[in-house]
Formats: sequence, structure tokens, C-alpha cells
Amino acid sequence: MTHWFAIIMGAALFTLMIPVIYRIWVGPTSFDRILGVNVIGTKTAVLLVVIGTLFDRVEMFVDFAISYALLNFVGAIVISRYLNRTISLKDMEAREKEGARKR
Amino acid sequence: MYPILIFLLLFLNWIALSGKFDAFHLILGIISCGVVTWLSQDLLYLDRRKKAGERLREAWGFLKYIPWITWEVIKANMHVFKLAMTRAGYEEMAPRVVTFKTYLKTDFAKFVFANSITLTPGTITMLIRGDVFHVHTMSQFLEDDLLEGAIERKVAEVFEPEMLQNK
Amino acid sequence: MMSWLTSFQCLASAPTETVGTEGGFLVLQVIGVLLGVMGLLFFLGAAVGLLRFPDFYTRMHAAGKGDTLSTMLMLAGFGLVTMEDLSLGSWLLLIKIMAVVLFVYLTSPTSSHALMRAAFEDDELPLTEDDLRNSKRGKRRKKR
Repeated sequence: MTHWFAIIMGAALFTLMIPVIYRIWVGPTSFDRILGVNVIGTKTAVLLVVIGTLFDRVEMFVDFAISYALLNFVGAIVISRYLNRTISLKDMEAREKEGARKR
Repeated sequence: MYPILIFLLLFLNWIALSGKFDAFHLILGIISCGVVTWLSQDLLYLDRRKKAGERLREAWGFLKYIPWITWEVIKANMHVFKLAMTRAGYEEMAPRVVTFKTYLKTDFAKFVFANSITLTPGTITMLIRGDVFHVHTMSQFLEDDLLEGAIERKVAEVFEPEMLQNK
Repeated sequence: MMSWLTSFQCLASAPTETVGTEGGFLVLQVIGVLLGVMGLLFFLGAAVGLLRFPDFYTRMHAAGKGDTLSTMLMLAGFGLVTMEDLSLGSWLLLIKIMAVVLFVYLTSPTSSHALMRAAFEDDELPLTEDDLRNSKRGKRRKKR
């Protein structure tokens, strides 16, 4: 029963990743793409636990899942810092005002 | 006092992650935890004026805060699920940026507050400048929920009870 | 090649094993399965939101948070399902799985906040209510 549950769960996870991959493929801005990669990374950590259940070595695969979640987080932070255009404080305050006016 | 606390926390973490109780692994854990404690003893718990008892009370309050925020997350997640799946929900959607001031003072309380706002779906903290929060919300319901200030009150109860009495 | 074959044999021989036939652990397993299915449901919500929502910020709402809750539910479900006895080892395993959940809880808001801030400091301004009302869905799709 445990094995069948793990197999069905893994297949469903894979199926639900397809819309996310579509978002990575067409995503209008680069931020959409990073978002999709981030979601898939988090779900891969879950998928690693599923695989561990299948092989009866959960205690080993949980370590992989922890390090994968860590790498995913660091990757998201690094890419968002890289795409972050450094602008002066004055420009940023002007933009904040603009955003407040627009709402 | 504080280095011993850090060492105990790290060692607990080591035991949970290694899961072996023979002498070799335990001694290895004691050595590495000692090295890490020695290297980072002035990194954790920056504010040392607080007493240890006060820290314990904060930790206990935080532990009680976790189930409450989880329930809040589940409730708001159902709302976003409705927004995503049904047509009526899609019509209801009204994104906007809300700006408000908070009365929390310390950095850690602000950090917990911002992360709690981000965890409750439908609201994300965009920018924090001083004590002004810019929050992006998804619909009117969630905005009312946010501006009522339940999360802020709970965080203040845990970390800054004196601020709550001044209000 | 051979390793692949053996792994598939593992899959094929799976249902013949009898795990958790005792009453007490069957209840735990049923609760675990229920939690896992609920997690899948919330992940479905996140995926559909990622497809349907109009701009980056709203998509961030759908993805960033449906993600955390569904990860928590699924991992908790698996922690309960794999718990076959009440020995110290399985408790440690449950604690380790919960450590993954805690880690995701701590890091996911931070990374979504960083992404949001990067997008805001870039030129992207969030869509407002009026924009949504003025533009029909088809027109917006054509503009892209």
C-alpha cells in the first residue's frame, strides 16, 4: 500500500509540473521563469522523499531533500540579486510614489 | 551563558540529523559543534541584554504562535484556491499595493511579521523602509483581513508586549 | 542498464509486500494518505493559478504560497505513511522530514520577497484593478 501510494503520488506530481513547465516556456518576463524554476525545485524536494519511500531508504533521501531545498533557496536569491538593477535611492522613492499613485 | 545555549541547540540539531548514538559519532558531533560555537559565538543572539528567562518565554510564545499561523495559512490558502479555480473568484480579484505603518520596533519582530504576511496567501511584503510596509494584496477580502492587524497583534504579544500596552 | 532493470523489479514486486497490516498503524497510514491528497489538491490550485493569473505579481501569490502549504501537507503525509513502528529511529525520521518542512517555511517567504523586490525595482509595475477591468482577457493575450 505504501509503495502504491508513493507511485501514484509521484506520477501526480509529475503531471502537475507540466503547467509550471509551460509557464517557464512562455513566461513573458524572466521573473516568471525563475518563479517556475523555484516551484519545481521545491516539488523536487518532495519527489526525493517519494523516491526514498519507493527504495525503502527514506533516511538517506531526506538528507538529499534538505540539501536540494537549500540549493534551491540559494539559487533563487542569487538570481534575483543578479537581475536586480541597482538604482539610486532618489529614483526608488520616486518609483514608490508612482506606484502609490497608480493604485 | 549564551555560548552554552548555542552549543546545546547545535548539538540537538546534530543528533536529529545524524541519528546514530555510538561514541565515534557523538564525539565527532561534540568537536564540530564546539568549533562552530567558537567561530560564531558573537553572531547569534546579537542583543545580549535580555535575560535567559525572557528568551525562554519568547521561544515558548513563538512555539504557540506556529499553530495559529498554520491555521491562518490554511484558511487564506482556501481563499486563493477559490480565486484560481472558479470564474466568480477571477472576477473578484483586485490586486493593489497597500502602504501602512507598523508599531513594531525591533528588527527580528519586523522580520517575523513580514514573513507571516508573506506566508498568508494573497499578501506579499514588497518593500520595508523603516517602519513603512508596502504590501501587495490580491482582493478586498484579504486587504481587510490584513489591515485589521491580527497578525501584528499576535507578533507583538510574542516579542514586544510593552508596545501593546502603550497603544 | 542492469541497475535500471533492478529498480523496475523493485517497483514490480512492490504490492506483494505487506506493510502496516496492524490496526494502529493503518489509521496513521490513512491519515497520511489523506494529508497527501490534500497537498496535491493545493498544488493543483497553485499550478492552475500559475497558468491563469494575469501578471507576475498575482502569479507569485499563487505559486509562492500554495507551494509552501502543499509541501508541508505532502511531507507530513509521507512522514506518517513511512512510520512503521514507534522506535527511536522512526521518530528521528519524522523529525528530519519536519526539518525539511521548517526549512521550506523559513526560506520560501524570503525568496519570494527577494523576487518580488527585484521585479519591483526593475521596471515591472503591478497591474491594478482598473487595468484588469478595462482589458478583456482575450485582448491582453493578443497584446503579448
